[in-house]
Amino acid sequence: MENKSSKKPLFHIVKIDDISGPREWAIRAAAIIAALLLCAVITTILTGDNPIEIYKTIIEGAFGSQRKTWITLQNISILLIISLALTPAFKMQFWNIGGEGQVLIGGLAAAACMICIGDSLPNYLVIIIMTVSSIAAGAIWGLIPAFFKAKWNTNETLSTLMMNYIAIQLVAYYTIVWEVPKGSGKIGIINQNTSAGWLPNVGNKYLLPIIVAALITAFIYIYLKYTKQGYEIAVVGQSQNTAVYVGIKVEKVIIRTMILSGALCGLAGLLLVGGINHTITTTIADGQGFTGVMVSWLAKFNPIAMVATSFLIILMDRGAGEISTAFGLNQSFADILTGILLFFIIGCEFFLRYRISFTSDKKERRESK
Amino acid sequence: MIDLAAFIPRAIQQGIPLMYGSCGETITEKSGNLNLGIPGVMYVGGISGVIGSFFYEESCAGAGLNPFLAIFIPLVCSLVGSLIMGLIYSFLTVTLRSNQNVTGLAMTTFGIGFGNFFGGSLIRISGADVPSIALSETSSYFSKSLPFAGNLGWFGDIFLSYGFLAYIAIIISLYTSFVLKYTRTGLHLRAVGESPATADAAGINVTKYKYVATCIGCMVAGLGGLYYVMDYACGVWSNDAFGDRGWLAIALVIFTIWKPDIGIFSSVLFGGLYILYLYLPTGMDHMELKELYKMIPYVVTLIVLIITSMRNKRENQPPASLGTNYFREER
Repeated sequence: MENKSSKKPLFHIVKIDDISGPREWAIRAAAIIAALLLCAVITTILTGDNPIEIYKTIIEGAFGSQRKTWITLQNISILLIISLALTPAFKMQFWNIGGEGQVLIGGLAAAACMICIGDSLPNYLVIIIMTVSSIAAGAIWGLIPAFFKAKWNTNETLSTLMMNYIAIQLVAYYTIVWEVPKGSGKIGIINQNTSAGWLPNVGNKYLLPIIVAALITAFIYIYLKYTKQGYEIAVVGQSQNTAVYVGIKVEKVIIRTMILSGALCGLAGLLLVGGINHTITTTIADGQGFTGVMVSWLAKFNPIAMVATSFLIILMDRGAGEISTAFGLNQSFADILTGILLFFIIGCEFFLRYRISFTSDKKERRESK
Repeated sequence: MIDLAAFIPRAIQQGIPLMYGSCGETITEKSGNLNLGIPGVMYVGGISGVIGSFFYEESCAGAGLNPFLAIFIPLVCSLVGSLIMGLIYSFLTVTLRSNQNVTGLAMTTFGIGFGNFFGGSLIRISGADVPSIALSETSSYFSKSLPFAGNLGWFGDIFLSYGFLAYIAIIISLYTSFVLKYTRTGLHLRAVGESPATADAAGINVTKYKYVATCIGCMVAGLGGLYYVMDYACGVWSNDAFGDRGWLAIALVIFTIWKPDIGIFSSVLFGGLYILYLYLPTGMDHMELKELYKMIPYVVTLIVLIITSMRNKRENQPPASLGTNYFREER
């Protein structure tokens, strides 16, 4: 008996069934603070600047001037739209990591409209056609993997990933077809003189994506929480067997949800091409299709929490960009800091779901009596 | 007509990083861990080797390198770098039971950032007085082929003209498939991947197997990055040059239906598809077609993916617990 108790492990892990609100946020905040401290230490080692200065530089990079603040807000809203677009699919346990491709193809459709019909139709009509075709293009890019997943259970992680590269190569192809001037390998600003197909300014030129992002946040929140379709998504995500049992057509839900997901990504592409950059390159989505996966998951598919996560990630991104410019370092510095931040937030999930309980001697004795 | 004697060696050179990557990912996936961080790991493996040999070349400035150290230092640095990545992934997913897809994507963000950051800033940070990272001397040891390879005509070109890491890739792939198929360790590893609960009940240490398989997998994959930069790219690091090969390696695992020995041939096939665009005729005024040809490997992967899922044979399925974490008390 004694022999046995001496072999008992020092601690064991217990699952927490439901965690209270304040405790949950305290753990998350602690993880973020720890990550920021580590980031500061690393930055200090690499640049030799003191950590407080570094935080100042980060804040300055994101909010240093009015223009910077607007750009930060605009970047947040694009990342937010992409994350929101991916969310219904994730909630259904469909790992859509093809956000990148869906955004690109939406952008490509918008660019095609601007170039091909920009001069021949009245502007409002061009913009309507652009919107419709971007959304349709994104939806098709989401539909293809969804169809095969629903029909033959094709691994969606890899098929959406391959769709990304097909989209990238399509954009590369059209970049050369449309390049201006010939041989430059890039398109340049489309319709610079006529502004045909440029999305209208609302207030100032940064506001449109922000408004769209706010609308989509509200839409996804209501869609997932209060509609029948949102409920079906949740059931399919929890257990496909249950879904079949209660008479939900799983194939239909998968295809419908991915069309929505792709369509919203296409919309993000429209905003990037028609509203912000007025051109298209293969890197216009800038990895945000992948970052969106993490934003969405870290926020536990809660649209409101996604605003906070995308804020945090863009803040680090812009701040780290400022640091690397200031110290002549490579722009990829931002990715390292974002990576560290993500590791910490991912790791802290453990402490939200499980509790470590140490086996003390006293308790042991009581138990053995 | 494509000149095969020139095409095949290039396809093989392209295929070697994919072979390392897919072999490493297969080992990892056999334990039930779907590591989407492989692209990041391969970047880290490459840049760690570059950092190691950069400092070694700096320290012997001018004087000749010791051939043994010139190979040994980057090799060890690369292995250690990717081992650390493997430990991060295992710690997060096995010990802390985080979602594997999200952890993997975060590793990719981090790893690619790490590679590009040090690739772009190493010279500035170390204060060295060189214009760019060009480790041609180290690279010459890595890409040294057998001395008599040049005398054997096309046979030498196709089979003997590579650096030693290429042959190690084939040996590792063969050995891995041997271990998986015929040894007790392999049997245990497959058991962990198929049903960790059953394996646990049979007395197999699930945590240990997952950790070791993931770490070894990452180290093997990291060597792919090292091969790319030291042998294929002649020791010149340029940011983002490694590209999406890591993702292709992950897709290859499905293509090879989790068998590293098949991986040898399919890696070379994919290597060929990857550079096929250079050989397909476009004509002078249709250079844009090249961009469409570059799509071929991805389209082929997609089609293969769909076909394997349509045929749905039992022996071609992924490990049953792939992508899920194991928690003993949750059964």
